[in-house]
Amino acid sequence: MSKKILSGPYIMWMIGFILIPLALIVYYGLTDRSGAFTLANVLSVTSPEHAKALWLSLGLSFISTVLCLILAYPLAMVLRSRGMGQGSFIVFIFILPMWMNFLLRTLAWQTLLEKNGVINGILTALHLPNQNLINTSGAIILGMVYNFLPFMVLPIYNVLMKIDDNVISAARDLGANSVQVLFRILFPLSIPGIVSGITMVFVPALTTFVISNLLGGSKILLIGNVIEQEFTKGSNWNLGSGLSLVLMIFILISMALIAKYDKNGEGTAF
Amino acid sequence: MKKTLSKIMTVGSLCALTLSLLSGCGKSAPKSGSAGEVYVYNWGEYIDESVIQEFEKETGIKVVYDMFETNEEMYPVIEAGGVKYDAVCPSDYMIQKMIENNLLAEINFDNVPNIKEIDPRYQEMSKSFDPENKYSVPYCWGTVGILYNTSMVDPKDVPTKWSDLWDVKFKDNILMQDSVRDAFMVALKSLGYSSNTTNEEEIKEAKELLIKQKPLVQAYVIDQVRDKMIGGEAAVGVIYSGEMLYIQNEVKDLGLDYSLEYVIPEEGTNLWLDSWVIPANAPNKENAEKWIDFLCRPDIAKKNFDYITYPTPNKGAFDLLDPELQNNKAVFPDVDSLKNSEVYKYLGDEVDSRYNEAWKEVKSN
Repeated sequence: MSKKILSGPYIMWMIGFILIPLALIVYYGLTDRSGAFTLANVLSVTSPEHAKALWLSLGLSFISTVLCLILAYPLAMVLRSRGMGQGSFIVFIFILPMWMNFLLRTLAWQTLLEKNGVINGILTALHLPNQNLINTSGAIILGMVYNFLPFMVLPIYNVLMKIDDNVISAARDLGANSVQVLFRILFPLSIPGIVSGITMVFVPALTTFVISNLLGGSKILLIGNVIEQEFTKGSNWNLGSGLSLVLMIFILISMALIAKYDKNGEGTAF
Repeated sequence: MKKTLSKIMTVGSLCALTLSLLSGCGKSAPKSGSAGEVYVYNWGEYIDESVIQEFEKETGIKVVYDMFETNEEMYPVIEAGGVKYDAVCPSDYMIQKMIENNLLAEINFDNVPNIKEIDPRYQEMSKSFDPENKYSVPYCWGTVGILYNTSMVDPKDVPTKWSDLWDVKFKDNILMQDSVRDAFMVALKSLGYSSNTTNEEEIKEAKELLIKQKPLVQAYVIDQVRDKMIGGEAAVGVIYSGEMLYIQNEVKDLGLDYSLEYVIPEEGTNLWLDSWVIPANAPNKENAEKWIDFLCRPDIAKKNFDYITYPTPNKGAFDLLDPELQNNKAVFPDVDSLKNSEVYKYLGDEVDSRYNEAWKEVKSN
């Protein structure tokens, strides 16, 4: 009984801030302006502009996720070899920028990449040709990788730290070389962390609209931008909700993957 | 149409909107009959805060002050009526939409004697969305034009028309407005059409023109036009006239070796007005009228102008300004230069979505 009372506030929280908003999105997504049931909002994802925005978002977030993984795994390996004390200090340094607002950090990148920005300023000083960096897909990928990399590092680091050193010693005793230890022992054991990291990078990257606005100069339309525009400028909440429902399918797929590979919740970052 | 609103804030305001919708029932509705309060809903950074205190001190009425970032965000809040406001300050086309949907109350002008301070010119302008001047009192107005950098634009290439924004000389040096109506206004006007057109063919033509322009555009931005132009990032940009005083002061303060000049294109532009209105469900209508009357007082209107720097329609306040400011054509343009200009009209949901679809095609191209 007392347990029920204790969980009361959380249940209220979940109802008020998760279930009701979700229900509202489903309601708006499946009705038209007059309130009649329709699938048109959801199906509108197949229209050329929406489909293009969705594919572009999927493509850019896929590339960002792969880059994050390539950068994060070796880093997590290094941190593991550093042992507990030094390793966690480096992790601390790594997540330190996350204490600063995400928007400010993205705006800072804008200042760095601009035509008259810091990077081009240095290039000019070195008598090198200026580069057109801002307002490109590359700038958006950079923004995504920069902002979401810690979400990849932490779960992989957590999983790797939990692997018993004796397992590795045993593998070596049985004749495995370093490459075999990496690919047949460490890698399979860290799958829960990798899957969790992939989800935690891929999902926010897929839905972002701020990064593409700030670093893409609004010239590159992602699905997140379409949804944002429907809500704030188009006054078409129904269409915005319908497209959000489509995005949720991808998020559900990612969660299903986590549930499959990370049964013990080992890879969760926090 | 306060445009110094940052995109970024949209995130926050969306969250706030969700919260306010949820807590709509929880938020205590103002007590009816109590003469002590007025609920004001205005654009962000669209008032000198000391004016609020001054009003409270003079009248004893407590001001509950909330802010919104876009007209589209404000509308559902008023429509839902969960939070009741007494005085709201939307833009022209949105006022028309609110009138058409019976969301506004007629203002009792006996309680707003200072309405005489408003230049009749702007009352005339208001008639395009409020035909009998019954529902709205002008607060700020302005134009949309082209800002150019004198060091990046050859004197013989100085833009004078919207169609100059299609000049390949400006490739990657053009900043366009990232909003549907403003972007289409530029294209429609350069084609010689009305910026309020509902003609499908004309919208399509404008869309194709914008798609053609896209490779030349450096970025689509809203408030960032100002800072990017000051920073010398682009040669030309589409901007709201209200930013001009800030820009001129900034160029002077930073000691930049170039200046930024404002042009109202020959084809005509968008004239916009933000006006005070009273929602039909306002619980403290008389206090709202007092509030609006207070804001029309010349000394108060001048104070607000000094802070907001958007042109004031208040004749009394205008007369109090320095002659130098009065003659600043970027802030207070000649009436002649506005002869082809139009105020945005509300075009109905169906036409609105036609514009939105077309804009998405431009952006995704």
